[in-house]
Amino acid sequence: MTKVPPKQEGDPNTTGHSWDGIEEFDNPMPRWWLWCFYLTIIWGVGYTIAYPAWPLVSSATAGLLGYSTRGEVAQEIAAVETANEGINAQLASVELTEIAANPELNGYATSAGAAVFRTWCAQCHGSGAAGFVGYPNLLDDDWLWGGDIENIHATIAHGIRNEDDPDARYSEMPAFGDILEPEEITQVVNYVMDLSGATPMDPTQVAAGSELFLDNCSACHGEQGLGDREQGAPNLADAIWLYGGDYDALMETVTYSRYGVMPPWTQRLTEAEIRAVAVYVHQLGGGE
Amino acid sequence: MSDQATPPSLYAAREPIFPRRVSGPFRNLKWIILIVTLGIYYVVPWLRWDRGPDLPNQAVLLDLANRRFYFFWIDIWSHEFYFVAGLLIMAGLGLFLFTSALGRVWCGYACPQTVWTDLFILVERWVEGDRNARLRLHRQEKTDFRKVRLRLTKWTLWLLISVATGGAWVFYFADAPTLFVDLFTGQAAAVAYITVAILTATTFGFGGFAREQICIYACPWPRIQAAMMDEDTLTVAYREWRGEPRKHSEEAKSEPMGDCIDCMACVNVCPMGIDIRDGQQLECITCALCIDACDDVMERIGKPRGLIDYIALSDEKLERAGNKPRAIWKHIFRPRTLLYTALWGGVGVALMVALFIRADIEVTVAPVRNPTFVTMSDGSIRNTYDIRLRNKNNDERLFRIAVQGDPAVRIQLEGTPYASVSVAADASHLQRVYVIAPPNSSPAEAERTDIRFWIEDLSNGDRAYKDSSFTGKGQQ
Repeated sequence: MTKVPPKQEGDPNTTGHSWDGIEEFDNPMPRWWLWCFYLTIIWGVGYTIAYPAWPLVSSATAGLLGYSTRGEVAQEIAAVETANEGINAQLASVELTEIAANPELNGYATSAGAAVFRTWCAQCHGSGAAGFVGYPNLLDDDWLWGGDIENIHATIAHGIRNEDDPDARYSEMPAFGDILEPEEITQVVNYVMDLSGATPMDPTQVAAGSELFLDNCSACHGEQGLGDREQGAPNLADAIWLYGGDYDALMETVTYSRYGVMPPWTQRLTEAEIRAVAVYVHQLGGGE
Repeated sequence: MSDQATPPSLYAAREPIFPRRVSGPFRNLKWIILIVTLGIYYVVPWLRWDRGPDLPNQAVLLDLANRRFYFFWIDIWSHEFYFVAGLLIMAGLGLFLFTSALGRVWCGYACPQTVWTDLFILVERWVEGDRNARLRLHRQEKTDFRKVRLRLTKWTLWLLISVATGGAWVFYFADAPTLFVDLFTGQAAAVAYITVAILTATTFGFGGFAREQICIYACPWPRIQAAMMDEDTLTVAYREWRGEPRKHSEEAKSEPMGDCIDCMACVNVCPMGIDIRDGQQLECITCALCIDACDDVMERIGKPRGLIDYIALSDEKLERAGNKPRAIWKHIFRPRTLLYTALWGGVGVALMVALFIRADIEVTVAPVRNPTFVTMSDGSIRNTYDIRLRNKNNDERLFRIAVQGDPAVRIQLEGTPYASVSVAADASHLQRVYVIAPPNSSPAEAERTDIRFWIEDLSNGDRAYKDSSFTGKGQQ
């Protein structure tokens, strides 16, 4: 048992409470402190009336002020959109080629375009725009349909090989598995691999492939294999391969063909947004 | 339950305190500190400092919108906030030092609560008279014209001081002369008015009415200070062994009387309303006014000064035994205070060094890792870097960016065919930079090549560099 120290002279009075001989000194708190405490209670009650607070069955009380965090976000978004109305209108109406020369407009378009890109484009082209197999890398200097601002804009606006937009870019590579013999396809692939010079190939296969290429492929890919942007035909002499540049990938491409599709964005994005994302893509490092 | 019928109240009303006027060396020191600290507070925002045409000319300015802190010739950016953190650490260590040496000297002399309360009590005395007059006015139950006039005059003066206090605060955050006009013409930002209103209310309430209640009940510092005081700390205390038995006491009738004549001078001047003769108390802010009051009385009755004095607890035993106390310098210079001083000085020196070696060109290089590299159509390998250039000069500068590390790599800046980029005065610029390694070159094939970016200020040839690395195909 702990001994209760005897009361000393100068000790404050006790509160009068005594439990099993244990008493409590009365060191009174300042009364203003008590009033502050009551004020916080009143404030707290008022707060739950003014703001959403009490949980009910399916929702909570809305509060007299009608405040909600969602509403606040919506307001802020609306405020930003109102503030950007002018510059969006300007962006949607100026000549595409003039945007780069206007630092304010260019800066706005780049930032806004980055946001649009991350929302709508990153799913296929990657958040860093580096693409994947079958989805073009937008950072490099190789463009299927042209890399100047107007061509990029047209590609984004109307898309590629889709059925939703009559202005979509369109071209189709035949599946040469139905046209050429397997042996001939092997020769063509040997020739194409030789074009980019990455790997030394068998000269007889390459020579035979060269003939076949001129007859079957050069209409789109050109006699030198440099491609044709009018038809979205890739340059086969460079180091960039959309579907892979090794033997197996090329055999697959030539035998079965490829048919990459991109949706048109005029139906989902505003003209200002399309132009913004075009500016963004154009300044990623490969724009022409 | 006890047998008491009506338990005492658990809450107490504030006992009003009417400190008497006092004069003496400590009071004079407090007046000087009051004038200096208030002077600094009110005057500093109005000092001008020429920084060139593009920058504010206010000597001390916290530009929150642009995240700049201007302090005379020093211009701190948000990423250099560690300077402010360093100053706060110094302020903390300084408080430790002063508290371990001299007790609650901050509370007694320099705390804004003490300084403004002092000022408010001064106003109170000018308007309503000294302690006795104020006590009479307080006890006068009839509300006559004189009482109303005195109260209203006092409150008006307090309110003016409060508005000036809140008003001066906002001048630290915007151009003072402009904001001064804006405040009176109703053009200032809402936050300025709200800040002025809040600080006016707190100054008026804390300085005029709450006063010692803030120190006793609201402030955490007195509690922390207890941990920093020790037996060698000099603090305001009563030489009980010399003063007792005091006059009027029971013991004084039988024993030889002590020096204390129980004149209550020490109690009457106390702004905290305590009796220092009861020993060290939580309420005591060691303002030393009781020392002035008691010394004055001791001189008049021909007794030695220092019945109430700055005394260290460790000296009590010596003095009780009739020995001399240890010298003051021995209390002040001891390992603990020397350590605090060393730490304080160490942080200070570190800050000064950091300030002087701070480069005018500041560069950060962030390699873009998504993707790590891009293959170009000719087979060359390109890496991308976000280079942030900060121009801390007061004029626009042209910076040239070059890369070093492998002779094969070349540099290209986004958006410009040139190798240099212009950065506006006191601004930062984010420049995307491409480093390209030709096909089959060693950086293109290797997994990683160390490179160094050189940034040259073309106006004066100053150079700075940042090391980074180039990622090649070897990584795949």
